[in-house]
Amino acid sequence: MAKANEIKYLTAIKPEKRAKKFCRFKKYGIKYIDYKDAEFLKKFLNEQGKLLPRRITGNSLKYQRKVSDAVKKARQMALLPYVTDLLK
Amino acid sequence: MNNYELMVIFTPVLSEEDYKAAQKKYTAFIKDNGGEVVHENPWGLKSLAYPIQKKTTGLYWVLEFNAPSDFNERLNIQIRRDETVLRFMATKLDKYAVEYNAKKRSGVPTGTEKVGA
Repeated sequence: MAKANEIKYLTAIKPEKRAKKFCRFKKYGIKYIDYKDAEFLKKFLNEQGKLLPRRITGNSLKYQRKVSDAVKKARQMALLPYVTDLLK
Repeated sequence: MNNYELMVIFTPVLSEEDYKAAQKKYTAFIKDNGGEVVHENPWGLKSLAYPIQKKTTGLYWVLEFNAPSDFNERLNIQIRRDETVLRFMATKLDKYAVEYNAKKRSGVPTGTEKVGA
């Protein structure tokens, strides 16, 4: 009597592969990150308004630095908060 | 002649014509110092992300111009003297930035729209 957890599938179940992260700036050919575009920069901030690390945003080092510079400029000009509780 | 972009936040108490007068004053200042205004973009009243000098809103004004490299010093002194200005930032634009601004103005998609989350 086959127990429930010993069900054998004909083909092995492949674990759902997470989509490969890519650097969006290289892929879409964006060369300049505008510090005035707060909506676009919010994609790289978490709820507290802090910068997301590269392993989460998937950016390459060159563009991650440009994003951080742009975010810091936007914070300086009060387009983005330094710290907040609910940013999105 | 380098390309610069100046963003200025004026106090919200400034009336409409003072706001215009201040803009004219700075553009005139740039012109008679050998600079040349490329594009002027007043955003008007916008709420600030955090209060500056106890004010929660400000009159934003973005100006793109190119000027000789020693001009910025005088511009800074001029703006610092003006107390209706809450905060200002002048940034140097590289060629990608100039191209981005030109594209942004002419409505050509700059690629940031189709970027996913």
